[in-house]
Amino acid sequence: MDEVFVGAMLASTLRMSTPLIFCALAGLLSERSGVVDIGLEGKMLFAAFAAGAAGAVYGSTAVALLAAMLVATTLSWLHGLACVSHRGDQVVSGVAINIIAAGMTVVLGVAWFAQGGQTPPVSSQVRITALFPGAVSALQDLPLLGAVLGDGLLSHNAMVYLALLLVPAVWWLLFCTRFGLRLRAVGENPQMVDAAGVSVKRLRYTTLTLNGMLCGMAGSYLVLAQNASFSQNMTAGRGFMALAALIFGRWRPLGAMWACLLFGFLDAAAIRLQGVKLPGIGEVPVQAIQALPYVLTVVLLAGFIGKAVAPQALGRPYIKEH
Amino acid sequence: MKSNYPLPRWADLVLLPVVCLCLALLAAAVVVLLVGQDPVRVIGVLIQGAFGTPRGLSYTLYYATTFIFTGLAVAVAFHAGLFNIGGEGQAIMGGLGTGLAALYGSALLPAWLMLPLMLVSGALFGLAWAVVPAYLQAYRGSHIVITTIMFNFIASSLLVYVLVNHLRPAGVGSVESVPFAESAKLPAMHEALAAIGVPWPSSPLNVSLFLALLACVGVYLFLWRSRGGYHLRAVGSSPGAAEYAGIKSKHQVMIAMAVSGALAGLVGMNEIAGVSGKLLLEFVSGAGFTGIAVALMGRNHPVGIVLASVLFGALFQGGAEVAFEVPGFSRDMVVMLQGFIVLFSGAMAYVFAPMLAWCLAMGRRLLLKPAGSLPSGAPHG
Repeated sequence: MDEVFVGAMLASTLRMSTPLIFCALAGLLSERSGVVDIGLEGKMLFAAFAAGAAGAVYGSTAVALLAAMLVATTLSWLHGLACVSHRGDQVVSGVAINIIAAGMTVVLGVAWFAQGGQTPPVSSQVRITALFPGAVSALQDLPLLGAVLGDGLLSHNAMVYLALLLVPAVWWLLFCTRFGLRLRAVGENPQMVDAAGVSVKRLRYTTLTLNGMLCGMAGSYLVLAQNASFSQNMTAGRGFMALAALIFGRWRPLGAMWACLLFGFLDAAAIRLQGVKLPGIGEVPVQAIQALPYVLTVVLLAGFIGKAVAPQALGRPYIKEH
Repeated sequence: MKSNYPLPRWADLVLLPVVCLCLALLAAAVVVLLVGQDPVRVIGVLIQGAFGTPRGLSYTLYYATTFIFTGLAVAVAFHAGLFNIGGEGQAIMGGLGTGLAALYGSALLPAWLMLPLMLVSGALFGLAWAVVPAYLQAYRGSHIVITTIMFNFIASSLLVYVLVNHLRPAGVGSVESVPFAESAKLPAMHEALAAIGVPWPSSPLNVSLFLALLACVGVYLFLWRSRGGYHLRAVGSSPGAAEYAGIKSKHQVMIAMAVSGALAGLVGMNEIAGVSGKLLLEFVSGAGFTGIAVALMGRNHPVGIVLASVLFGALFQGGAEVAFEVPGFSRDMVVMLQGFIVLFSGAMAYVFAPMLAWCLAMGRRLLLKPAGSLPSGAPHG
């Protein structure tokens, strides 16, 4: 019983964390290059819609994924046009992207599919299903670790493992490559990068492209793996939670991943703890657990549990001197 | 870095917002065309729905009332150089404050005491919810944008918790409190007008519209006619210079956010005290974010904010009418248009202002050239 419970908790934690991880990595890249990304939520939402619409119409996983990434990247470039090419306010631009996505996905959904803003469910061939379908039953009889290994770790679809693999990949990109060094430098001191003869704009646009692709994956996970169709405002604040996670992880890939897993765990726990009396504490209100990620982030940012230091040039438009 | 062609004041205040609005409408029209609708018909139905009947006009003004509060909240913070993205959460808390005062006081107190108490309570709750992020920004160095976003989510969780676990009467399915007693109800506009003999159709529009207009006057007097407002704007336009002049920027951050939060907290007077008469869940539903668009459109000035609020009120009311009349049209078109307006008049202002200035300069040169008053190529007119 206990290991079954642990396995189930582990499984739902990983499932809840996956879109957060994609999205947090996207935001992390962008913020490390000095571009604030409030628009994660909107990009993920629009990507989810694109994946749902393309998946339903064309019946292909690849097309759905591509459409999601394309749409999210386009929004990233729009952000770049306003804040990298010109010196528009990055926060305002992100807010605009969120509002546009919230409105336009419903408008297009209602007009194209006439189902109150939903897309028709994608067929089971389009859905991304478990990578090792036999693992759960094969490991069922294994004592102690069976449920944890089978249900908890090996029951997932490819995107869950991809998200986890992308964490070291992004770490490697940021800290072991020349591109990563420049990316971090442009977030700390763009003048220096410019003086070294590297284009600030180009670096930031490249980063925004990667950011869009990752947001696209986050959105398509929601539609192709977690649910089967797009529904109105289905991201439900996950983009902001990812933003909180990357800050909570102090702008580091590994830290962000742990924060995403923690927030995913809280999400999973909130559902299970509904109406349950904990020994010593009594009934914990679900809303308190749901608000905990945001409270924790505020407390961390305020410097009460260690210090989170943002990239130096974060949010400041760079104006090239002539 | 200044543009080569500075915009004249009238163009900056009037022409630029109008151009941005037109661009946003154009972008929305493209989407309307894309989904196979007729933009001209949509606009026609929208204007008719928003202004064509006294009832439509009332709804427009009712929406506008809420937007004036949230728009002013964003604007006051903006004048201190702060971006208050937390209007949503502050409005939720303000509504909670208004509602709690009404729930506990309305059975005992007469209206003349109850209503001011609800107002003060709402403003104080909104203020408290804004002052914490302000403190963290001023004294703990955490960024106000991030903190206020987090506070939006915490506020909505808190409201759900209070309603579900404490205020919902036992055995009731929907998540809302018991109705307030009569003394906590703000008079509706048709009642107020009937009292002076003017017939008016019934609508959610209530006398909090006057409260909103009063708030506009108050904000104007505070920002441009008081020493405190001068200090606040000084910090907003040049923190360094303000510091040298002996103005403590940290205090100004606190004051700006306090005023901002209190203004957002007044949303409850319109939605809770004026319309629903009980505390419920979705009474803000994005108005905090609409406030950002309103403040950007209205150039952070009370007069502009009133105009922009009426515009957005008309869009929301007209949009509802269009969704009713035109099949396949979603009300969320208005949300999208709002996004375009934030994008064009906020984020992309630096893209369009130089273009507009260039056009104006060219136009002026072309107009003046035949008179021979300008030597070629020298823009020293």
